[in-house]
Amino acid sequence: MNFLASIGRVFLSFLAGTGRLSVFAGQAVSHIVRPPFYLPLVGQQMLRIGYFSLPVVGLTAFFTGAVLCLQIFIGGNRYGAEVFVPQIVVLGIVRELGPVIAGLMLAGRVSAAIAAEIGTMRVTEQIDALTTLSTNPMKYLVVPRLVAAVISLPFLVAVADSIGVLGGYVVGTQSLGFNGAVYMKNTMDFVTNGDILSGLIKAGAFGFIIALMGCYHGFNSKGGAQGVGAATTSAVVSASILILAANYLMTSLLFSE
Amino acid sequence: MTAKIVIQGVEKSFGPKRVLDGVDLAVNKGESVVIIGGSGSGKSVTLKCILGILRADAGTITVDGEDVTHIRGSKRDTYLRKFGMLFQGGALFDSLPVWENVAFGLIQGRGVKRGEARDIAIDKLAKVGLGSEVANLSPAELSGGMQKRVGLARAIAADPEIIFFDEPTTGLDPIMADVINDLIASTVKDLGVTALSITHDMASARKISNRIAMLYKGRIIWEGPTENIDSSGNPYVDQFIKGSAEGPIKMEVRR
Repeated sequence: MNFLASIGRVFLSFLAGTGRLSVFAGQAVSHIVRPPFYLPLVGQQMLRIGYFSLPVVGLTAFFTGAVLCLQIFIGGNRYGAEVFVPQIVVLGIVRELGPVIAGLMLAGRVSAAIAAEIGTMRVTEQIDALTTLSTNPMKYLVVPRLVAAVISLPFLVAVADSIGVLGGYVVGTQSLGFNGAVYMKNTMDFVTNGDILSGLIKAGAFGFIIALMGCYHGFNSKGGAQGVGAATTSAVVSASILILAANYLMTSLLFSE
Repeated sequence: MTAKIVIQGVEKSFGPKRVLDGVDLAVNKGESVVIIGGSGSGKSVTLKCILGILRADAGTITVDGEDVTHIRGSKRDTYLRKFGMLFQGGALFDSLPVWENVAFGLIQGRGVKRGEARDIAIDKLAKVGLGSEVANLSPAELSGGMQKRVGLARAIAADPEIIFFDEPTTGLDPIMADVINDLIASTVKDLGVTALSITHDMASARKISNRIAMLYKGRIIWEGPTENIDSSGNPYVDQFIKGSAEGPIKMEVRR
């Protein structure tokens, strides 16, 4: 009896959490299109979310491209398919690894920062103070982060795609003996605009998830330092899981010919 | 004449915990009322219900004759322009310099130009005894007493009709607490605003109020003019103002 009750409780609290998150997301999106708009804040957040994430995204993309090239070469070598290395590398990077790696890195870097900042504002009553100063915290805090993340992520992923392919190129030409010009030509001839675009669409969705999770958990943090810590952890974990789940869903939708 | 703020039968629960259990209170225009009560007696919740940050489960709240119990959205933003609030911990925005904190309600809430808002902010800072040299500092660089004063400057920046003070002297040394009390008393008098404060510091309550109400277990159990507080004849009030562990109020302490 007790056992069933505890399963029921977990299930109910899961449903309640999903409902709360949906309401929060709905409110946030509805505030995007209603004035007042805080454009300078959007710019400021784009700088923080997008520009300052370039080094970490670039580095991870470079090594991902490099290791992908190496593995495909080793694997393809078994039945003489190593000539297809450039094609498989570019496909893997632009369709999947570029968006996912960039998304996961930003889940760690940006969701955590947003949750910690908004969570601290919550526990020190700064969010209540915003309200009493006739400023809607949804508009002032959540909307600029959401918009900035949705705009920034595709640009970051475009950079990650380029650097990822470069990583493969460096390994391919320097240690696997590919001719540079042939490697580049095979890459460019093979990849289509649709491949690249699908990755960028995913990136926009991941940006939404990253900012939403940071804001949601920050807004709902309770207590003091411990509460903010818990909110930060929840934000990173839930953003990462949602990114991977959404990635599968979007791949199956985008490539279902 | 109806009072500026009228609270009738307001109830609020958090889960199974009943925090407000039918609060009745009226605050007249130009009056300074202090709600006293122990920790967890529902003082902050009362203020937050009036501001619409929390929504009352039952009862009505009217301000200037307008029912604001369920106010929300942009109507609430307009309604809140009547208010200034000094938060317990200051609640200054640490990402903004001091002057932008003070001018925040002017710039964001009312669309005043930044240059003009800065002049007003420096003027308000002077009113709370802070020079223009602090204007460009970040709130984290200020002492607790200075943060409280910046918070006070922010509360009065947009010339509100009503100011709420949430534990204005908590966490300050006795001398700084008295300075803040004097500031609050003179601000309320000079600006002719209506003030509602919550505190458990009796020295502060006596100094800044015309009238005192005591909140205990979610109800107002006594209210009267400040000068009558010592002759209330209410054992709860007597115990509270003496700060004695012996009396009808039992702290829930596990032994």
